[in-house]
Amino acid sequence: MFSDLLKQLVESGILFRAIWETVYMTLLSTLIAYIIGLPLGVILSVTAPSGVRPIPWLNRLLGVIVNIFRSIPFIVLMVAMLPVAKLVVGTSLGNAAMVVMLVIAAAPYIARMVESSIKEVNAGVIEAAQAMGTSQFRLITRVLLPEARPSLVVGAVISTVTVLGYSAMAATIGGGGLGAIAITWGYQRSKEDITWVCVILIVIVVQVMQEVGMRIARRIDKRARQ
Amino acid sequence: MIEIKALTKTFHTRTGTLTALDNINLSIHDGEIFGIIGLSGAGKSTLVRCINLLERPDAGEVWLDGRDLMKLSNRELLEVRRGIGMIFQSYNLLEQRTVLRNVLFPLEISHTPRDKARERAKELLELVGLADKADAYPSQLSGGQKQRVAIARALATQPRYLLCDEATSALDPNTTASILELLQVINRTMGVTIVVITHEMAVIDKICHRVAVIDKSHIVEMGAVNEVFANPQSDIARELILPHVKTTASVRGGPRVRLVFNGESSYSPVVSNLVLECGVPVNILFADTKDLDGKAFGHILLELPDDPRQSGRVIAWLDRNHPSYSLEVQ
Ligand SMILES: Nc1ncnc2c1ncn2[C@@H]1O[C@H](COP(=O)(O)OP(=O)(O)OP(=O)(O)O)[C@@H](O)[C@H]1O
Ligand SMILES: [Mg+2]
Repeated sequence: MFSDLLKQLVESGILFRAIWETVYMTLLSTLIAYIIGLPLGVILSVTAPSGVRPIPWLNRLLGVIVNIFRSIPFIVLMVAMLPVAKLVVGTSLGNAAMVVMLVIAAAPYIARMVESSIKEVNAGVIEAAQAMGTSQFRLITRVLLPEARPSLVVGAVISTVTVLGYSAMAATIGGGGLGAIAITWGYQRSKEDITWVCVILIVIVVQVMQEVGMRIARRIDKRARQ
Repeated sequence: MIEIKALTKTFHTRTGTLTALDNINLSIHDGEIFGIIGLSGAGKSTLVRCINLLERPDAGEVWLDGRDLMKLSNRELLEVRRGIGMIFQSYNLLEQRTVLRNVLFPLEISHTPRDKARERAKELLELVGLADKADAYPSQLSGGQKQRVAIARALATQPRYLLCDEATSALDPNTTASILELLQVINRTMGVTIVVITHEMAVIDKICHRVAVIDKSHIVEMGAVNEVFANPQSDIARELILPHVKTTASVRGGPRVRLVFNGESSYSPVVSNLVLECGVPVNILFADTKDLDGKAFGHILLELPDDPRQSGRVIAWLDRNHPSYSLEVQ
């Protein structure tokens, strides 16, 4: 029922390596993207007209930049960013280049996620903190981020799954992972069973990430009665 | 002492400008409980928010202990705010922090050493009667308990002032009473000057020494609570204190009778007996009665028919059956 090729992929460990590559690329890219996206999202929410420190020009400028990156389809962005990858990791091919692409695509997305999480923080709580003489920096670090934490975690789960979806396109620039297996072995050699195995594995990885993430989010949210 | 001089605050919205406060002048003395009462939208919240400059006035001055707050730098203002506690109708506790860590929050902000801060927070939880809830989260508390935590938090930095914006408006009467008692204790034992915002006259009546009545962005009346209560000057104060006076329920406009219940009788049959026995219809304009252990307390305001023969019959009946009544002058 299964092709010999699939058996070979499993026995040689190529398939397991692909799973690991997918997970690794996804998590690493998301993590790096957060280093850029989190501060960006905080600045977007804080400088908004309704934020705790409105700075209209900065808010609009960042908003426009984020929107431009968000509106470019990933596949186009990838081609456009080949030189950037070359600049950053010295090559425009393979997994390392793919991580650069994923970070560029995910950071603006994450910025918007973070922005909306912070905007959900109860205005009354912010007001109470301001009335207590909280400085703007501490308002961010001690009130906005901790109060938004459960929502930030949910955002992180959604972002991770999105990045995982993008990472499946790694094959187009010679990267690895389950997407690459599906294309190079399943599609190009017309081995449908390989394609399906890859699809199922990706679904499983997504499910596991989703489940673990949501469980963490629920556990750390103290708003629900326990 | 808090002094507000010629304060004006205007909001600019898409639909136009709105004057929330217009030429407000008032002083709040040390050690007093000062009430500010008015209907919804009168500008009460805006006024308290101007005291700690959460809202910056467009004109006028805010003085606190001889310092002009409008002239302070940002840094100095943060310092001043640590000396003014504030509590709210919606409690505004940090939901992801435990009760204890909520009370610790202002102490963290003011760089109080850890050990001292914990000690102080525990003392305060003891004071508000929630020592056993230190590790609970706000979502696990009742409204009254949340407000107690908010009070403990507001007092953590040992402020000399406490601003309460509708602090009891979301609570039931019993809980309201216990929170008001707590505020009184804080005022008496710690000497904290308290500003109470409310739209309920009962709150003013219960704990305030002086009151300002605010209506449509203006202070229309100000004075000692018992004087304002005994002799309200403005229409709005009369409406708030004597909710029945302006009522338009009456179409016939006959004499009005106030039945007072001070525990001697049960009120329920009085009105129905009166109507049945006299054969005269009456209008209940206002009723505020409580049944305690089967005894009636409170009062009912009745409007009698315009026809003097009919109203005379009712009054004669009352003379015989319900001695504690009074004819209201209109
Ligand atoms: N940030 C704001 N922007 C625009 N208008 C505002 C703002 N804050 C208050 N207002 C307006 O100012 C007026 C006074 O509002 P304020 O909240 O002080 O009333 P209040 O007396 O506290 O009423 P309530 O009893 O309902 O709390 C209202 O008409 C309100 O709509
Ligand atoms: Mg208000």
